[in-house]
Parts: sequence; structure tokens; C-alpha cells
Amino acid sequence: MNEPPLAITLNLCLCHGCGLACDMQGNPQRCVRCGAPLHWRKSDAIARSWAYLLAALVLYIPANVVPVMHTSMFGSSGGSTIIGGVVEFWKGGAWDIALIIFIASVGVPCIKFLGLSLLLITTQRHTDWALRQRAQLYRFIEVIGYWSMLDVLVVALVAALVQMQELGTIEPRPGILFFGLVVVFTMLSAMSFDPRLIWDGATPRRDG
Amino acid sequence: MQETPPQPAPIKTRRWNVSLVWIVPIVALLVGASLVVRNWMQEGPTLTITFRTGEGLVANKTEVRYRNLVIGQVTSIKLAEDKKSVKATVRLSKEAESFASEDSQFWVVRPRIGAGGVTGLDTLLSGSFIGADAGQSARRAEHFTGLESPPPITYGEEGKRFLLSAPDLGSLDIGSPIYYRRIPVGQVISYALDADGGSVTIEIFIRAPHDAYVTQNSRFWNASGIDVTLDAKGIRVDTASLAAMLAGGLAFRSPEYAADGPPAAQGQRFELFADEQSALAPPTGQAKFIRLRFDQALRGLAVDAPVEFMGVEFGKVVAVKLDFDEQKQSFPVMVDAVVYPDRLGPAHAKMLKALKHSPDDEMATARLIGNFVEHGLRAQARSGNLLTGQLYISLDFYPDEPAVAVDLSERPIRIPTVPGDLERVQERFQRLVDKLSQLPLESIVTNLDGNLNELRQGLRFFNRQTLPGLQTTLEELQQTLESANRTLADDSPQRQQLNQAITELRRMSRSLRELTDYLGRHPESLIRGRPKSSEP
Repeated sequence: MNEPPLAITLNLCLCHGCGLACDMQGNPQRCVRCGAPLHWRKSDAIARSWAYLLAALVLYIPANVVPVMHTSMFGSSGGSTIIGGVVEFWKGGAWDIALIIFIASVGVPCIKFLGLSLLLITTQRHTDWALRQRAQLYRFIEVIGYWSMLDVLVVALVAALVQMQELGTIEPRPGILFFGLVVVFTMLSAMSFDPRLIWDGATPRRDG
Repeated sequence: MQETPPQPAPIKTRRWNVSLVWIVPIVALLVGASLVVRNWMQEGPTLTITFRTGEGLVANKTEVRYRNLVIGQVTSIKLAEDKKSVKATVRLSKEAESFASEDSQFWVVRPRIGAGGVTGLDTLLSGSFIGADAGQSARRAEHFTGLESPPPITYGEEGKRFLLSAPDLGSLDIGSPIYYRRIPVGQVISYALDADGGSVTIEIFIRAPHDAYVTQNSRFWNASGIDVTLDAKGIRVDTASLAAMLAGGLAFRSPEYAADGPPAAQGQRFELFADEQSALAPPTGQAKFIRLRFDQALRGLAVDAPVEFMGVEFGKVVAVKLDFDEQKQSFPVMVDAVVYPDRLGPAHAKMLKALKHSPDDEMATARLIGNFVEHGLRAQARSGNLLTGQLYISLDFYPDEPAVAVDLSERPIRIPTVPGDLERVQERFQRLVDKLSQLPLESIVTNLDGNLNELRQGLRFFNRQTLPGLQTTLEELQQTLESANRTLADDSPQRQQLNQAITELRRMSRSLRELTDYLGRHPESLIRGRPKSSEP
């Protein structure tokens, strides 16, 4: 199978900004067309990805432990955590809503943690195991990334709507901030990752 | 980082090997750690509180509040080992550490309808919570026994506690208000039966600044309900406020004669009087017992009837007993009374001073009373209220009464009695009736009858004889008057003659006057006669 030559072999580098294939002879540091810095690959991709992922993981703990919102209805008040809310909905019979919240707040982040960890580890090991699937996994992670923001949106919406003074008020609590940061950091982690590295690990073998 | 450029690009080399991006997870870690540390720092003490029931308590939901501020939460509720109570584990916040002091109080706030009103209505919607009141003690405790009802005095309210001794609790309850000049200034906070079971000790709390009005001389009385008194003074209805009527209440005041006194100390014990009147009565002083013997029945004389001296109440009847007199074969009434000479006020004091008499000397007292009796001191059962027929005992001087010897050695000393006013009236009336009945009424009536007969005969004679004579006399008189009338009429000849006679008379008198005038001027004419020249 005669594969087309890789950019590196042709000494070309794709500009991240405008997509121009720059000639790397003479080591130009910037794109000749738009002036963006040129990298062969996203710089420090694995480290940054790991760093953001770890930060997200660390923040995921308080996001789940600290209450995300504070409800006071008819004088009875209480904070609720994400899992607490899910359990409450489930017990209350609203299993569908419980499922949605669970998927958005637990399922999606966990999938992202696991998926990104898997990608990072395999990429670091330069394995050529399931290359295509890993690339699909990466695209999947990028697509579902922002759906975790659902929780943050729900809390923001409810807190804005339910402000009925004595009858009932809902206020956001720090937990939702942590959760939002978790989502942001996982997205940053996914963005920092360069999927071409998946193939880079396998390239030498193919070449060889 | 595995990059496989055929031509290693020197541009991509960084100043450090470690990427700055690692700051992000480190910051995240720090934030998380600070959260944990803060949480740990904010962790207050964990207490277990024992309640009789777990009603209204929910783990992880029921709050502990102080002044309605959340200071902790119930984390779990368990049944006690002996199954007689429930144990609530409470986690307090850091700033509520002082609530772990051993004299802190905890109680469950539920909707409550009590004497003082409805409380805890908000818990109907929000669910119960545990109320807390911090103690003062420096010693810490972990196990507390929850109160069944909210303590009446909370949050370190300033004021003083006092103790009242009462024969019974009456309609008082914890929380019953205490009034000073009808202003609620405190409340009953507890009550307990005394060890011997003979009386009740009531603990009360008077809020600052009103606690300053409780002086050493203050008197407390029961202002509960409607006090309807029916005694020798008539019907009296006393009420405090409507609330006190329903819920019971106490009132206190310093009596007028001892208005100023040093403020009472915390925990001072007072006597609780049954009503305002007895509370504010002057100090009773030393009690003296007297015995009275009445020969007449004393219907309406009750125990506690007042004893007055010259109209001043100074004692009361303690016993009314029937006695038997062998000599007279009668049943006199023995009345025992207690009197407080101090209540006579200045009179008693002055008397003591004048007579150099010690009130403790019983014999001297007896002699004094004997002396009084010689001067006519007598006891009398008087009717205080005609409507109800209540009697009271009055000591007064009756100098006209026959002297009675007093047995000075008798105890209690006996004061002779005189019959009551009503009895006297009755007695006199009886005497009158007796006398009336002794009158020879029959002979009087016979005589009267004869007299009347004679009178009738005389009248008949008068009618028959005298009256017709009178009639004729009157007729004659009338005729006489008529003839007189005729004589005097204008056209009668007598009248004309009379007129002529009068004219003649007038003429005569004129000539007479002329004569006298002439004679006045010419007196000589009497002798010489009238000269011819002169006019007639």
C-alpha cells in the first residue's frame, strides 16, 4: 500500500492558525501568511493534557462533596450535592431526570477522565493498539465535552428562577463552581491533546 | 515527548523542562486542600443529646439553632441502649464551640400552644429544630439531656431569679406571667414540691430592669383567675389581665408603708400570698388569742370573719364552737379569734409606750385587757352585710354595760360580750310585744264600746232637737238682713229723709262756722251784739 508522504518527510508544517502548509526549510518560526507560531505538533501536548486532566480530577472531588445548591422551601432548607440530588430524584420516582443528571454530571466527566487517561497513557507508550478506535474515542470525547455543562446551566437557571423570598429560594453553592471548573479543565485537556500523536507512535513501525 | 522531526527544530526548545501548565493542577490541589483544611477547621464539637422522643428529628436535616441562627446539624439519630430515649448526634459548627459547655441546654422546638400563647408556628412548615442555649460553664461535656419544653429564660437574659413559697400551686404553670403594676415583667420558670410535701416552691424570673423593683419588702400574690370573695364586706370581684385570668399569673408590689427597701438579692425567698389584699396587709406582728362567749345563736359568723376594734380590722375568727353551760342549761357559742395588735398601728405603739408594757408579757396583757373590760370593753357580733347575713366581731367600749369580772388566768383570755345590734332590736321589740300583750285589751274595748254608744245617742239628740232650731234662727236672720237691705235702698223714703237731714246738717254747720269766724273777729259782739254795719 503506497501511502502518501507525511508532512514531516516533505519538511512541511501545517499552520494551526490558517492551515497553510509552510515550508520548514530555514526553520521559520512563524507562518508566513498569518504569523502564527509554527509547531510540528501541539507543543507540550501530553504534559498539558495530563496537567489539565489532573487538575480536573482534583477539582472533581469537591465538586461532588460540596453542595452545588442550597434550597430553602417554606422555611426548611438544605444543601444538596450532585449525587444527593440524583438520589433524591430517583427516590422521588423521577428516574428519567435522575438519569439525565447522572449522565451529565457523573457519566460524562468519568468517561472523559477514563478516555483521556487511556489516550494519554497509550500515546506515551507509543503503542499501535487500536489506533483508529483511539482516534474515534478522542473525537467522541471532544464532542461530549461541553454536555457536562448541563449541570451548571441547570443550577444557574433554577437559582435565577426560584427566588420567591419566603416561599422558596434556591442559591448556587461553591460546588457548582468546582464542577464548572472540572468541565472546563477536561475540555482544556482534550484540546491540549494532539490526536496526531496517536499516529506518531505508530508511524515508525509503518515506516519501518 | 516523542517527536520525530528529521531536523530537530531548535525553536521549540523551552527555557524549562517542566511546563508551566503544571501550575494548574497544583493550584487545583491547593484549592481542594484549602477546602478540606477549612472544613476541618470549621468542624465544631460533636455532641450527643438524649431526648424522650425523636419526634420531628431527622438525621442530616434537623438543625440546631441559637437565636434562630443555624449552629449545627443532627447527623444521626439512634435509639438509646435502654430503649427509653433517643440519642441525637449533633455536629456543631466551629463558632458554636461554647455550646459544648456542660450547662448548655437543648430542646426541640415544636409548635406549642401554651399558657403564654402559641410558639414555634414556623416549625409547622419547616419542621422541628433543636433550640440551644449556651451555658456559662468552662467545663465541656459531650452528652446532654434534652429538655422536653423550651426553657423559659434563654440567651442569657438579664434579670433575677427568686423563690416563692406557697401552700399550693394554684393555676400557675411554667411561663405564667408576673405582673408589676399590671405590666408583665417576668415569668414562672419552675416549681417543685418541697421535700416534706407541705408546700410548693415556685421559682420565678424577673427581667432586668424591672428586677430592681423587687425589694426586701416586696409582697407577691396570686393574680390568677377571677377572685370572687363573699364575706362580711360584700361581694368583691378581682381580676388581673385576661391572660392572667386564663393562664394564671403572679403580681408583686411593695406595700405603701414600706415602699423603699434595698433590692432583693438573687434567689431570695418570698412568701406567696393568696390575694393582693392579704399580701399588702400590714405585717401581722404577734398574734394574740381571745375567746368570746355569746349567749345567742350566731348564724352567719364564719371562720375568717374579721375582728375589729373600734372599726379597725385587726384579727379574724379562727373557730366557732358550741358550748354547754350546765348552770343555765343553755348552749352558748364559743368564738376563738386571733388578733394582731400590731395592726392597730400607732394606737398600739403609743399604748405600749404609755403603759410601758411589753407585748411578750402575757400576764400584763391580760391585766391590760382586764382594765379595758372594766372600762366597758365588750365584744359584739355585728351584722356586716344585711344581704348575706354575714357577721363580724366588733370590740368596742360600752361604758353603760354592767361590770363583769375577768378571769385573768384564763387562756385564751375571755372578753365579755354584749348581744348584737340586731339581737338588741329583736329583744326590745320582743319586750314591746310582751307589754302589749299584757294590756287589758278586752275591758278597754268594752269601755270603748259603751263610750261609742253614748256618743251615738248624743249625736242623735243633737240631730233631732238642736238642728231644727238652728234652721229657724237662720231663717229669721235672713229676714232681718233683707229688711235692712230694703231700708237702705236708693228709692226708699227713709233714704230721702236722711239725705234732707244731711243737707240740713251741712247748712247748719256752715252757719255755725260763719258764726264762729265772726265771733273770732268780733268777740265783743257777744256782749254788744252785732253792729249794723257788718255783714252777716
